[in-house]
Formats: sequence, C-alpha cells, structure tokens
Amino acid sequence: MEVPILKQGEVLIATFQAALSDADLNHLRMGLVQQVVKFRSRAVIVDVTAMDVMDSFASRTLREIALMIRLRGAETVIVGIQPEVAFAMVQLGLTLEGVATALDLEEGLAYLNEKFKTTN
Amino acid sequence: MSKRELTSKDSGTRGNPRVEIVRSEAPSELLRELVAHLRQNRTQLREEWVVRITETRLLTAMTKEEIFAEATSVYDSYVEALETEAFEALQAYARNLSERIIPRGVETHEVVGIVLLLRDVLARSLFAKYQTDFKKLNRILDAYEPAANRIANTVAVGFVQERERVIRQQQEAIRELSTPVLQVRERLLILPIIGVIDPQRARQLTEQLLRGIRTNRAKVVVIDITGVAAMDVTVANHLVQTVEASRLLGATVIVTGLSPEIAQTLVTIGVDLGKMNTVGDLQGGIEQAERLLGYKVVTLAEPR
Repeated sequence: MEVPILKQGEVLIATFQAALSDADLNHLRMGLVQQVVKFRSRAVIVDVTAMDVMDSFASRTLREIALMIRLRGAETVIVGIQPEVAFAMVQLGLTLEGVATALDLEEGLAYLNEKFKTTN
Repeated sequence: MSKRELTSKDSGTRGNPRVEIVRSEAPSELLRELVAHLRQNRTQLREEWVVRITETRLLTAMTKEEIFAEATSVYDSYVEALETEAFEALQAYARNLSERIIPRGVETHEVVGIVLLLRDVLARSLFAKYQTDFKKLNRILDAYEPAANRIANTVAVGFVQERERVIRQQQEAIRELSTPVLQVRERLLILPIIGVIDPQRARQLTEQLLRGIRTNRAKVVVIDITGVAAMDVTVANHLVQTVEASRLLGATVIVTGLSPEIAQTLVTIGVDLGKMNTVGDLQGGIEQAERLLGYKVVTLAEPR
C-alpha cells in the first residue's frame, strides 16, 4: 500500500492509512528517510489519524523512523493519535518516548514553526 | 392413593413370613395434594402468617394494609412455585417485589425472615393435617421441604440481586457526576478530582480527559487531586499512564494538590516521577499552565 508523502516547504507530511501491514511499515521506514535525503527536509510529520489500532511493531517502527530521521538532522512529529489508541498504547507500555507528538496536522506545523524560529 | 397390606391371612402362600407391601404415592401426587391443601386453607394460613410477621416485628416500614397486600401475592406465588416448580418465574417475581420494597427501606433479613415464617406456617399446617399418619406426613414433608427451601433461597437471591443492581446504578451515576473536564482558557483544561478513585473510575477519567483534549484542542491539562485522600499502586500507575497518553495527543499535564500521604505513597512505590510534572496547589498549576501557553496576567486596576 502506497503511503502518500507530501512536501510542504521544508516539511514532509506522510499520512498513514488505516491498515498498514508490517511489510508496508518496513517499506515506509526506508522510503521516508530517502525522501528526507532527496529533498533536504528539516522535518517530517507522520499523520496517524486514520490508524485505529497501533500495535507494538507499528509503534517501534515510528520510533525508529524518528531516530533515523534525526540522524539526518531532521525533526519528526507524530500527529493525530486517537484517544482510544493513545490509551491502549500506554497500557502496553508503548509511550513513543523521545518522539515529539501533537494533536493534529495544524498543531504539528505550529510546533515546527516555533522550533525553527528559535533555532534559526 | 391406596395402601395395601398383605398379611398371611389373605394370601394363600404357604408358610411365608408376613410381608407388607405399601404402594406409595409418586412425589408429584404428594405435591398436588399439598398444593390443594394450601389453596383450600389460603385465607386462614395467610392470616396466620401476617400475624407472625407482625409479632416478629418485621416489615415495620410498611403499613398493615400494605403487608396484607404483599402477603397475598407472595403467598400465591409461593404456592404456585411449589406447584409448577418454575423457579425462574419466582426469581423474576422476587426481583420485581424487591424493586417495590427496597425504596421503602426493607432490609434483606426482613425478606428472608418473612419467607421463612411462611415456610414455618405452612409446615405447621401440614403437621396438623397429617398428625394421625406419621408415615404420610414424612412423605409429604419429603416433597415439601426441598421445594420450600429452594423457594426461600430463590427469593433471597432475587432480593440481593436487585439490591446489587441498584447499587451499581448509583455508582454509575456518581461516577458520571464526578468527573468534569473543564476548559478555563483557550487550550487549557482542568480536571478536578474529588473522592475515591478506584481502577474503574480512573479508567473513566482517562477516557474523558483524552476525549476532552481532542475536542477542546488542549495543549495543557491541570489535574488537581486536592480532593483525593489516598491512592494505591494501581491508581498511581494509572495516573502516570494518563499523563503519557495525554502527551501522545500533544498535551502537557500538570498534576497539582498531592497530599502528603499521596506524595509518600508515590515515592514509596517508586512511581517514575520524572514523567510527571507536578506543582503544589491548583493556583500554582494554573499559573504555570498560563506561562506554558504564553499568557501573562496583568492587574489593570485595584480591585474595588
């Protein structure tokens, strides 16, 4: 399944679909980092609004994506985690520690604007 | 229902010892006879029962007329249960009865008490009726006792089940009342918690908070637990989980109002307090939240 990745200035926006297989996630992990390299992006927003479940593999993959992208000097923000999903995740101990999160795309972009302002 | 005795007199058998063959009634026949007797003497037995209830000072919350009315329907249901052995119907009746009398303040021991009194009254009437035929009395009691005990059991259980249902309903109502999520500024929510938090309530609080964060697009939440006296391990961990889940939705949580007892509990059980942002009291919590959101509070004029 192809995950659409949009470019908005220095930010890449990847919108995860509802049912992503492990293979899809692995594909994405590589793909996103390659895109960051290609466009010299400063940040990636991963929008998981459509995901109604988040298992440990998906959660770990998100963390790995964030860490890999940070090695390229770019920031990752996960947005759109649903309340029920958030609740289930913390019960399983999947806290996405060290990865920035925001309520939705708008908030994610606002967060990055603030961050870029202070670092520029 | 005939009893037939074979004696050496009427049999033609040679030198055989005396044999007594008694044809006994089937249990269902006995039950029918029993039920018929209880129906025939309904008025008198019911009256006797009501007298006993008053003597034992049960159902004091009800008037004599009410007791009589309920006694009539209970008596009839009792006899019907004996006859049909349909205990589900009896249980439904017991729950229905409980629904009526629990709000009147009738206690479990009273309900069990009156059912047992009825059992006694009916048993005595059987003793009286069959006093000349001890063997028959025993057979009648063999049919009566298990059924009567089952009835007492069924009614008691039905009553208790109804009480438990009412309690659950009240608990649900209390839970709903007591977990408001309040918006006090743009992007700032307050969740004041008062009373006892059990795991179920904790779970409900979290769900409501997370929904509130999304609906109000909150960036900061102040959870105030001034009104919570004590917290156990499960609930403390749940609080930490609530903080983590809120972060996943992009909101920062500030916990305020930890009592000395709760502070002690949290430290003792080793909750990871690094994950929790805490401030002394609600006022301090709101002030910090405002700072985080970029608000500044200025006094324009002296308060009048």
